[in-house]
Amino acid sequence: MSDSIGMPRVRVATTSLAGCFGCHMSFLDMDERLLELAKVVEFDRSPLTDIKHCGPCDIGLIEGGVCNAENVHVLREFRRNCKTLVAVGACAINGGLPAQRNHLDLGDCLQQVYVKRDGIEEGGVPDDPELPLLLDRVHPIHEVVRVDYFIPGCPPSGDAIWKFLTDLIGGRTPRLAHPLLRFD
Amino acid sequence: MGGKFLFDGQPVPFEEGQTILQAARAAGHYIPHLCWHPDFPPHGSCKLCIVKVGGRHVSSCALPARDGMEVESNTPEINGERRALLQMLFVEGNHFCPSCEKSGNCQLQALAYELDMSSARFAHFYPDRPVDASHPDVLLDFNRCIFCELCVRASRDVDHKGVFALTGRGIRKHLVVNAESGRLADTDFAVGDRAADICPVGVILHKRVGFALPIGERKYDEASISTVAMEKGE
Repeated sequence: MSDSIGMPRVRVATTSLAGCFGCHMSFLDMDERLLELAKVVEFDRSPLTDIKHCGPCDIGLIEGGVCNAENVHVLREFRRNCKTLVAVGACAINGGLPAQRNHLDLGDCLQQVYVKRDGIEEGGVPDDPELPLLLDRVHPIHEVVRVDYFIPGCPPSGDAIWKFLTDLIGGRTPRLAHPLLRFD
Repeated sequence: MGGKFLFDGQPVPFEEGQTILQAARAAGHYIPHLCWHPDFPPHGSCKLCIVKVGGRHVSSCALPARDGMEVESNTPEINGERRALLQMLFVEGNHFCPSCEKSGNCQLQALAYELDMSSARFAHFYPDRPVDASHPDVLLDFNRCIFCELCVRASRDVDHKGVFALTGRGIRKHLVVNAESGRLADTDFAVGDRAADICPVGVILHKRVGFALPIGERKYDEASISTVAMEKGE
């Protein structure tokens, strides 16, 4: 990627909703290419900057599916502010591991984990008002907002994320072909 | 009496009785498929092998080749329709590749790669389909069934046991086990059966061999399904 001194940098925001931060770790797996990326990109809201709210951005990268009310708010904030919104990883695309609870009753799940589990004496489902309310089902992000691109993988490799971002920033239509396109 | 037809503009010879798919494969042209298997008669249910002949959609696994046919297969239009069929299969079941033992060896997944499917596009159903782990050697994970009926056909026509069947219609269609209890352990199904190795996806899984092959060495990790299918005749 060419150096673009004087050019406005591409603003990128990232977040993890119902994810494990594995996709963010994979982002770091771009290794020294991060330095290349840093020449043309600046970060808005992201675990890398610790900025709490997203401003106007060019690219939003979303890891994880939508499992609670806060996820919905964050996702909508990203959609409002990002010109291009990208679903990164299996959970953002199809719910992934958190969605394995989707065929179970949410109340039964909470009872099983916080009340009925062996070894719990005085259990109780956490109800602190600080805690975001859970949705009855975990949703892929495209069921909540419009999504422009998808990068599958659990997680997508650093190579896949690099290929996608350099294509997008370089003005090419991003395309991940086999074997960069992977669902696991 | 054989002859020649045009496959994506290229002449393909055929012998009397060959289907479009058989003749195309013999000439080195891959057509995507899920329910078709070289050892079994055509089934025509998955519709991944659709091609256009004279402007009409047909299942290439079932339609006999005819002299002078003009067949369109590898076009953006037809591949787009095939991708939509795959996306519907993905949302209809529970296909979580990262936790599936079949990942890397799965035809559904490999076809999704082949046809550039990056998301399932539609809303997911997340159906409730409990697994059957009753058999000592084989696990049944119904979450991944795509209703190709290859296990039904293999068990009925090759093993002569009739262990599997599809029941219900439309969205309630599902795979069942032919035992009063409905459990695989209560049938004469055996790990050496043809039906035990026929599933193109991750429903019929041998126990104690999961994730034996590391990522990178699995069937479709490096080579695409079109390459593997043409080289190994699968």
